[in-house]
Amino acid sequence: MIKPLLERLRQGRRTFPFPEADPELPERFRGLPSLDTARCGRDCGDACLKACPTGALSRTEKGVTLDLGCCLFCAECAAVCPNGAIRFTREYRLAASKRQDLLLKEDTLRLASALDRKALKLFGHSLKLRQVSAGGCNACESDVNVLNTLVFDLGRFGIQFVASPRHADGLLVTGPVTENMRLALEKTWAAVPAPKLVIAVGACAISGGPYRGRPETLDGVGPCLPVDLYVPGCPPHPWSILDGLLRLLDRLG
Amino acid sequence: MPSFEPLHILNGQAAALKDIPSVPPEDFRRATLDCVAEGARVCALFGCPAAGGRTRLYMLLAHPRQGQIAVFSSEAGPSYPALTPDCPQVHLFERELAEDYGILPEGHPWLKPVRFPHRENGAPRPAEIGMIDFYRTEGEQVHEVAVGPVHAGIIEPGHFRFQASGEEVLHLEISLGYQHRGVERALAGGPDKRTVHYMETLAGDTTVGHATAYAQVMESLGGKNPGFRAQTLRAVALELERMANHAGDLGALAGDIGYLPTASFCGRLRGDILNLTALVSGSRFGRGWIRPGGVGFDIDWATRDRLLERLEKIVRDLTGAVDLLWNTPSVLARFEGAGALTAAQAVELGLVGPAARACGLSRDVRFELPSGKYRFSQIPVATWSSGDVFARAWVRWQEILNSAEFIRAELESLQPEEILTAIPGPAPESLAAVLVEAWRGEICHVAMTGADGRFSRYKAVDPSFHNWAGLAQALRGQQISDFPLCNKSFNLSYCGHDL
Repeated sequence: MIKPLLERLRQGRRTFPFPEADPELPERFRGLPSLDTARCGRDCGDACLKACPTGALSRTEKGVTLDLGCCLFCAECAAVCPNGAIRFTREYRLAASKRQDLLLKEDTLRLASALDRKALKLFGHSLKLRQVSAGGCNACESDVNVLNTLVFDLGRFGIQFVASPRHADGLLVTGPVTENMRLALEKTWAAVPAPKLVIAVGACAISGGPYRGRPETLDGVGPCLPVDLYVPGCPPHPWSILDGLLRLLDRLG
Repeated sequence: MPSFEPLHILNGQAAALKDIPSVPPEDFRRATLDCVAEGARVCALFGCPAAGGRTRLYMLLAHPRQGQIAVFSSEAGPSYPALTPDCPQVHLFERELAEDYGILPEGHPWLKPVRFPHRENGAPRPAEIGMIDFYRTEGEQVHEVAVGPVHAGIIEPGHFRFQASGEEVLHLEISLGYQHRGVERALAGGPDKRTVHYMETLAGDTTVGHATAYAQVMESLGGKNPGFRAQTLRAVALELERMANHAGDLGALAGDIGYLPTASFCGRLRGDILNLTALVSGSRFGRGWIRPGGVGFDIDWATRDRLLERLEKIVRDLTGAVDLLWNTPSVLARFEGAGALTAAQAVELGLVGPAARACGLSRDVRFELPSGKYRFSQIPVATWSSGDVFARAWVRWQEILNSAEFIRAELESLQPEEILTAIPGPAPESLAAVLVEAWRGEICHVAMTGADGRFSRYKAVDPSFHNWAGLAQALRGQQISDFPLCNKSFNLSYCGHDL
């Protein structure tokens, strides 16, 4: 009996004081891309558009637009841009409320807004979520799961993952939604009592990610369910997911 | 004896398609059974579209004693006598052939859908997902429990059907396919700019394993190997991936029996190891680290020192956390004897990875058919013989220690060199086969190119494909309430299976 206690003392308390302190991210972390339209020339033959594996980039009159919902954060575009117009910053805050807010024109991203007052009254202090993996490769699922570890300690914010959709206030969906998971996702959604939320985590759930356009998938949750929060990334860092959830619940001051 | 000699290639070697023996079906069958009798195991059996709308079958067997892969092929007719009754380890491959190409393995005892794939042009599916004729046992005391596809935890979907008498499981049937994204179909016609991203998301927790296999495929088809430094960094990435996942599994095993100290320590420590991978590649899963021709990220001396320093602390903390398991009688009482398999069962089912090594088999590609850095740096094969949950946990712990030691030695011997070399385009009309020992076990990638050097077929076999049947077998005679524990001790991939 004494050994676990001694080990507990030795390992110490490891919960990170988020959101009071900024999370520690690796130097090479690829977060929010920054588009410098002034530098974006037309002499490059659209190298970035051609390099992007998911077609996240498109050219408009004002330069290049990046759809964060499709972006895999592989930085292939930044590597080929001759003018250095695209670079990946270490900004981990990425979540948005609307799909079109993820269309990044320069480096300003309209971050997710809080739920309305009525919804906040219901969910603000206690949010129970049912997670559905609908074709996810397990990376998004893993980094959602770690929110339950003591480093992130999701429970202290009143957010909890529950086993049954009937106990849930909403769904957190990962994966491009395969044809084979469509019915299961719809049934799980139907089993959640209203009012209810949907959170799409990862490029796959938002747009299909690398599986975009494949006949076996539905290109994300959008075609099936109304989404309240989008967390981009492939997979999003746990801090990005936590930041999104706390924004939704108006817990970031 | 068959009237031909299979083509023998090394792990990571390419061969011209014309050099692969094409034999009549009866020789194909006899050669397979002969090789298996000699101690070989089936790495892959798959179909490939051939001229005239026909299908050609390819067989790849790993010969551990010879350290080589045997390859041969045969043109398939509409049906053939199933291999499964004489060679149970191919049971799922034959089901896959029937599902994808309509080839009937006559006498297959368990011919059911595997992935319920999408059909082109809206053609009707042979079966709706999960709607199959489940195996049933009858009796007054017998009841059936259906679980999934959506499970209670944050986990991928699959359907489990238990036939139970009271608490005792008589049989468990596992029906997957929910994660089917059509990856292999998407890979045909490649390589292109999405290919490496398909590889990195075949199974997200095995990003490094699958990306390494793909990189080696491209290198063998291009006829050029990356430098020593790149090979070293790849091996470091692969061992970090193994450590992180094994640490997470030990924590989850502790959690499943309600032993919370190790569960919470290991949950954090898994993250700490993932953060080591992120220190180099910027991604906790190593996205972008492995690329054909080498690696996408180098390690400078300062990063190397930081990595080694953090690794040492992690191993110290892990030792403290995991030793609690072996010192707590109530933990051992739950681990020992739960979900046991014998070595003979493991051989018959063709198990790979820690699940096989926990049955006493020294099956490890890094040792038997090494490629890349493992040809020069050996790593001990961890085995245990009891075949139960304890053995699978113990093997994982030994592998964590071995991997940590390997990483330390490799990083200390790192020599300066270019990390990425240009690889010539894939040779036409060729086949390349690569085996990688990822954390779950043997990954097998086989690429075949057409006259234009593009993939005419890309077959990827995740270790889970071999091991799901092992879980079903291990559950027999166990209590239903032990299912989470047994399941976690295998910790198989759903999307890796459903490709």
